[in-house]
Amino acid sequence: MFLINCPFCGERDQSEFSSGGEAHIVRPKQPTELSDDEWAEYLFMRKNIKGIQFERWNHVHGCRKWFNVVRDTSNDKILSVYKMGEKPPVNYK
Amino acid sequence: MPNYRIHKTEYIDETKRVSFKYDGKTYFGYEGDTLASALLANGIHLVGRSFKYHRPRGIVSCGAEEPNAICQIGSKKDLTEPNVRATELELYEGLEASSQNCWPNVKFDIGGINNFISPLIPAGFYYKTFMWPKSFWKKVYEPLIRLSAGLGKSPTEPDPDIYDHKYVHYDVLVIGGGVSGIIAAKMAAKNNFKTLLVDDKKILGGSTIYQNNESIKIDDKLSNEWLKNEIQEIKKLSNLTIKTRTSIAAYHGYNFLLAKENLTDHLPEEKKKNKIRQRLWKIRAKKVIIATGSIERPLVFNNNDRPGILLSNSINKYLDYYGVTCGENIILFTNNDSAYETSISLHKKGIKNIIVDLRKSASSELIKQAESLGIKIYFNHVVTNTFGYRKINSLEIMKLSEDGNTTVGNKIRLSCDCLGMSGGWTPMVHMHTQSGGKLDFRDEDQVFLPKENSEDQISVGSCNGDFDLENIIDKTVNKINKFLDIDNQDYRDTNIICSKENDKRNIWLLPNKIPLGKTKCFIDFQNDSTAKDIKLALKEGFRSIEHVKRYTTTGMATDQGKLSNMHALGIIADTAGVKMGTLGTTTFRPPFTPLTFGTLVGRNVGKFFEVVRKTSMHEWHVENNAEFENVGQWKRPWYYAKNGENMHDAVQRESKAARDSAGILDASTLGKIDIQGTDASEFLNRVYTNAWSKLAIGKCRYGLMLNEDGMVYDDGVTTRISENHYLMTTTTGGAANVLSKLEDYLQTEWPELDVYLTSVTDHYSTASICGPNSKKILKKLFPNLDLSDENFPHMSFKEDKLENINCRIMRISFTGELSYEINIESKYGNSLWKMCIEAGKEFNLTPYGTETMHLLRAEKGFIIVGQDTDGTMTPSDLQMDWIVSKKKYDFIGKRSLYRSDTIREDRKQLVGLLTDDPKEILEEGAQIVSDIKSKPIDMLGHITSSYFSPNLNKSIALAVVRSGKTMKGQKLIIPMENKNINVTVSDTIFLDKENKRLNA
Repeated sequence: MFLINCPFCGERDQSEFSSGGEAHIVRPKQPTELSDDEWAEYLFMRKNIKGIQFERWNHVHGCRKWFNVVRDTSNDKILSVYKMGEKPPVNYK
Repeated sequence: MPNYRIHKTEYIDETKRVSFKYDGKTYFGYEGDTLASALLANGIHLVGRSFKYHRPRGIVSCGAEEPNAICQIGSKKDLTEPNVRATELELYEGLEASSQNCWPNVKFDIGGINNFISPLIPAGFYYKTFMWPKSFWKKVYEPLIRLSAGLGKSPTEPDPDIYDHKYVHYDVLVIGGGVSGIIAAKMAAKNNFKTLLVDDKKILGGSTIYQNNESIKIDDKLSNEWLKNEIQEIKKLSNLTIKTRTSIAAYHGYNFLLAKENLTDHLPEEKKKNKIRQRLWKIRAKKVIIATGSIERPLVFNNNDRPGILLSNSINKYLDYYGVTCGENIILFTNNDSAYETSISLHKKGIKNIIVDLRKSASSELIKQAESLGIKIYFNHVVTNTFGYRKINSLEIMKLSEDGNTTVGNKIRLSCDCLGMSGGWTPMVHMHTQSGGKLDFRDEDQVFLPKENSEDQISVGSCNGDFDLENIIDKTVNKINKFLDIDNQDYRDTNIICSKENDKRNIWLLPNKIPLGKTKCFIDFQNDSTAKDIKLALKEGFRSIEHVKRYTTTGMATDQGKLSNMHALGIIADTAGVKMGTLGTTTFRPPFTPLTFGTLVGRNVGKFFEVVRKTSMHEWHVENNAEFENVGQWKRPWYYAKNGENMHDAVQRESKAARDSAGILDASTLGKIDIQGTDASEFLNRVYTNAWSKLAIGKCRYGLMLNEDGMVYDDGVTTRISENHYLMTTTTGGAANVLSKLEDYLQTEWPELDVYLTSVTDHYSTASICGPNSKKILKKLFPNLDLSDENFPHMSFKEDKLENINCRIMRISFTGELSYEINIESKYGNSLWKMCIEAGKEFNLTPYGTETMHLLRAEKGFIIVGQDTDGTMTPSDLQMDWIVSKKKYDFIGKRSLYRSDTIREDRKQLVGLLTDDPKEILEEGAQIVSDIKSKPIDMLGHITSSYFSPNLNKSIALAVVRSGKTMKGQKLIIPMENKNINVTVSDTIFLDKENKRLNA
């Protein structure tokens, strides 16, 4: 079970959090301008990476805040945690 | 009765005699015994029948690896437990145990016939045999297989024992209290690490605690004496917690481990009562030191499974720890030095024994000691067969050829009543691999060793492949100093004399003149798989160890192959001509030894199984015969069984009363979200399909919420309380998810919006009064409130006081009747309810439950999200295009409403259905077709809601049907098991299309 360092509360058990999938997928500002394919790209297409992945987590049984996590899916190590709106750390690609 | 207890030891309290029953017969042992040691002291080796061939089997080991001595404990229907290892079960007064897998009894077992037909039941027998005739499977094969499958009997009544969970945090966790674990724990605790040391045994010390050979000394003391001192010392350390009878079950990521502590399993029944039986420790450790030791390997030769054949080191433990000898005429068969310790111990206690050693010669101090004691040693010899049915009585040995591949010379027959085997040691790498660590293979002695760590952990002692005491202590000290970044000097001058050497002659499958097909060389004792089975699997084309394992079932029994996996790998490698290290291993999965369900569940049983949410009116519902329905975690009144009514009658009565006069519903469970902020209106505009900017203060509006994929997600009425303050209601089941979803958008997509969300579901209780007389009841409750349609029209909101307590009153309707919802602070909910009931008495105000609510809304064609929708319905599919704003630029899910798939005209769409026979009630979930002749029948949709309406006196239903919108008036068929029901597609609104009743 992960130990996740919530940027607002500190280290907590994974059971307090829920995972929200891939991070940095921005909802299009003008959805009506998009073709079906472009909209489908936003709506459905997600990466499934073995290695370093950027993902969203919610401290749902805690402060209810959403934040971002950099995790290596090959060994489940959480490499970095940062708040919503902050730029992803540049040293992970 | 024979007595094999031949000397006193400090671990057996001979003043405390314990009586126990085994297979119905009474025996005696002493406090300190395990069931296995007590049985052996009584001369009992035969403890069970093997799974497949029903061969007599005896105790093999003295620990968790035991494959044979598994028994059924107790006979009570609620307390009996199967598959308990007699080698781990501490003896207590009144213990009742019995052997498993035999009928009528362990000495004479009918299933034993399988042993004689064994050539007919090779590996994969089931897959190959029960293929045909097909019709036999259900009636003949499956019942037969089920009859013979499984070990032991499950309890048939609920477990009355108490179990517990505990969360703990430590700097360092040490797993295993043998010599290396004790050293590690001492070093950690003395250097200010808050440390936890766990061991599965009753006392600390591992195998060194009964090690008393003169040629193995630490600081001039016998190794066991030295270790006892160390144990005394660590018990004084204040920041070290020691937990015995505690075994680690699982090692999860981020150093999260589960341990099972046995608290009462060793106590007599009267002392177990009202105590916690087992505790599951949930441990988070910054660093983990694994010192789980190693287990001895058996050897694979013909008939190596007879009762009386044990692991050599286990014979030693039974002797030196329990004071019990496993025989009077013992032969030890070995490929390494460790059997010599057993031999010398036996000799010292006057037990005759000889040694058969696979090695051509060996000359360590230990061997010289054995030779000087006059113990007969057959070097370069191999056991080729054993004899004796219920217990071994003799065996044959032969000389090995130069290359070790075959036997030469004449057979020598030796008589014996016990055989000890030692095939070297297997490091217990379970914890290391469970944590995600990789393994390396060491060719010299053919062992897998811990390699890379993915967690902050380290393996020390014999689980790390260090087998002699000198190595164990030196390396443990060095590794711990480095691992904890400390400089502990406690063991710098420790002087260790260890005469054992690691020299070993490893042969996985021992040679024999008898063709393999005619031998019984067992690898997995518990699942009865043999060397022959492994070879057959290879011959049939299986290559991967994972496949061979499953095909032969090797290592798949309750012991998970602790004694068998290495031999299976070795034989595969030898047969396929590859290096063993390249094969890899099967996966080591938790739990290390079986756990009871009780331990895993802990206190969450019975009424604590799940959280139960009750409204503040709950007691009233109970007193008034409500049957409850679970909606999420909520208990909602389903219907009120008046005068012993059944559900149908109650619902008919309730629904009629609600439309004829007045009904009251506990609506407290609906999700309520308080929305505040200067951008609240804009926020609602973005999350609902309809427009919100123009909603006047004091007005209510129904909203439909979509997912981004355009599918209906939730619905409910939202009230504008003031300029920047709204109260949103959600479905009962969707409340938490809606709040999460809204928070998600607010925090991640629209952080610029000034909006705050608070769940107030539990803060308000709601009584919903509907029906033509509801206004009169409200008037009685709120005499000062102007209830006129002009002042308080449909879809509006007022605040008033009920005996000085603030109430929020919404005139909204889910039944189509004139209807008011009164919200009050939850602590007054029950009083509010009672006052409503009192005020409504003269109007036959009838409490109704969720079933009636569903019926009433169905008469009006109102949907229930989650019943009439299933995550694939768009607003248009529900014929609710009216609620989707055409003007709004964007809202959640808008773009998806004109994707090629969502604008298809042949989507499933919500329709009403009327049965040709108005008394016929359709079944929810039933399929809908138009043509039953063409095969396969084309399925058009299914029924989502169905009721008998007492107000319309006919059956009504809602359904989703392909292209349903265009099918009004069309005849369809509901094919049921016994008949076909004819229906006609109708409008979804069955009652009061003009909405006259809202203002009645």
